[in-house]
Amino acid sequence: MTGAFERADFDLIASWVQPGERVLDLGCGDGSLLRRLIDERGAKGYGVELEDAEVLAAIGNGINVIQGNLEQGLAGFDDQTFNHVVLSRTLQTVRHTERILGEMLRVGREAVVSFPNFAYWKNRMAVMSGRMPVSEDLPYEWFDTPNLRFFTILDFESLCDKMGLVIRERQVLDDAGRTVTEEQNFLGSLAVYRLGR
Amino acid sequence: MTTSSPRGVGLVSAKVAHFDQPLPLRSGAQLPAYDLVYETYGTLNADASNAILICHALSGHHHVAGHTDPDNVDKTLGWWDNIVGPGRPLDTDRFFIVGVNNLGGCHGSTGPKSINPATGKPWGSDFPMVAVVDWVHAQARLADYLGIRQWAAVMGGSLGGMQAMRWAITFPERVRHAIVIAAAPNLTAENIAFNDVARQAILTDPDFHGGHYYAHGSHPWRGLRLARMLGHITYLAEDQMAEKFGRKRRPEAGSYGFDVEFEIESYLHYQGDKFAGYFDANTYLLMTRALDYFDPARVAGGDLAKALAVAQAKFLVVAFSSDWRFSPERSREIVNALVHNGQDVAYAEIQSEHGHDSFLMDDPHYHAVVDAYMKRITP
Repeated sequence: MTGAFERADFDLIASWVQPGERVLDLGCGDGSLLRRLIDERGAKGYGVELEDAEVLAAIGNGINVIQGNLEQGLAGFDDQTFNHVVLSRTLQTVRHTERILGEMLRVGREAVVSFPNFAYWKNRMAVMSGRMPVSEDLPYEWFDTPNLRFFTILDFESLCDKMGLVIRERQVLDDAGRTVTEEQNFLGSLAVYRLGR
Repeated sequence: MTTSSPRGVGLVSAKVAHFDQPLPLRSGAQLPAYDLVYETYGTLNADASNAILICHALSGHHHVAGHTDPDNVDKTLGWWDNIVGPGRPLDTDRFFIVGVNNLGGCHGSTGPKSINPATGKPWGSDFPMVAVVDWVHAQARLADYLGIRQWAAVMGGSLGGMQAMRWAITFPERVRHAIVIAAAPNLTAENIAFNDVARQAILTDPDFHGGHYYAHGSHPWRGLRLARMLGHITYLAEDQMAEKFGRKRRPEAGSYGFDVEFEIESYLHYQGDKFAGYFDANTYLLMTRALDYFDPARVAGGDLAKALAVAQAKFLVVAFSSDWRFSPERSREIVNALVHNGQDVAYAEIQSEHGHDSFLMDDPHYHAVVDAYMKRITP
């Protein structure tokens, strides 16, 4: 799942990381984002990843990857160890949504979360025409998707409100990676947030 | 993906390094002089920057790879031959690899079987207690002797992984990478308990003679055999035992007696007999005690992160899902401490059914992980 869209997501995240900051990337895959944050931003990066093949690839990429399951929380990571804790396009695959968001802000000063917006107009169109959406940001068929949670920008912000999370910044992109400023819950395919307490 | 090569390092032979400078030990005692027996594989490069030290576990030794008898290749292969060789994860085309038998051992390095210069008789139980840190100091002298100022990596499984960790703490500037496999920051009470039972089996054997059995021409093989049988149970995993042995019986076995009847009994007896036939009981006592004492966080008030903070090495930590003797949770303690300090560490938890012994197995994913990490190391 790489392409212009993921890079747009990564561009934003990279712009938020300052040299020397510690970043924890949850579900880091082969470590592409961390590699970029280390090389371009001089960050000190760690990643958590569950899948064997991704862990192997991340080790090959020189990443500080720690094999583990996000569903079991972030036990073992001390409070406020990281400047940023990133969950890129992964929140929709996590069962314990509130717990992981809480854990991110326990171990980090800032949570960076990106997720596909289910209310994107093309997704709405797909459902209107009777089919589950398959798109750049939701690239799976219903029968093979790792996604467990389907939610929208409005849904997510109402959860943040309920949990008392402060939205420091919201960026919304369309499916070509362009910034969306108007009607974000309708025109936005991917949302990227900086959250704090 | 798999990195096994049909070629190993071939025929190898051990060398001996003699040291006359006394070695002060953790216990306060000192060894006046000692030998270390070692093997090397591959070629040390011009600036001696491609050297890897492999530290052995409880019953291991210096013969890590290759064979020692051309007529008996399979039976004389080193204990970690599957990971060392040209094209293997510890690639002897790139690295110069050193295996050493630790002090107190029974495979050629100075130990309880050696002659005590003060008495002219075998040391026996008078051999001083050696700690992991003492081994590391002795290994450092071997490094000096070989012209190796800094190891590209120090690596080991189980007790060997503890030595790698200790190296990174004791000689921070001499280790670029520490590869800690199936290890723990210290032993749990349960682990010490198993060691105690093993030692009691030896210490209470009538042939033990207070550790001076050499003079009696005897060896407490019954105790050592029991110790090894117990150890073996703890190195395996329950599922694996169930699958491999289950309740299977020996076809020739009788019944309603106490002879070997179940396959698992046969296996344990075989392993116990074999081990007791070549290993020294005093060495077994020393090695298990070194395991018990190992606890680098102790001087830092139990704070492992504080103890590891001095390390300059980057770490690879590997654990195995079915290893209950040195469980993944214990490896995570090491990882967590390093992350706490902002030190470099990669951690893989390998799905394996072979329990603690997994670290010796030729598992493709496990070897791929080590291989990927080793390729990051520039000699």
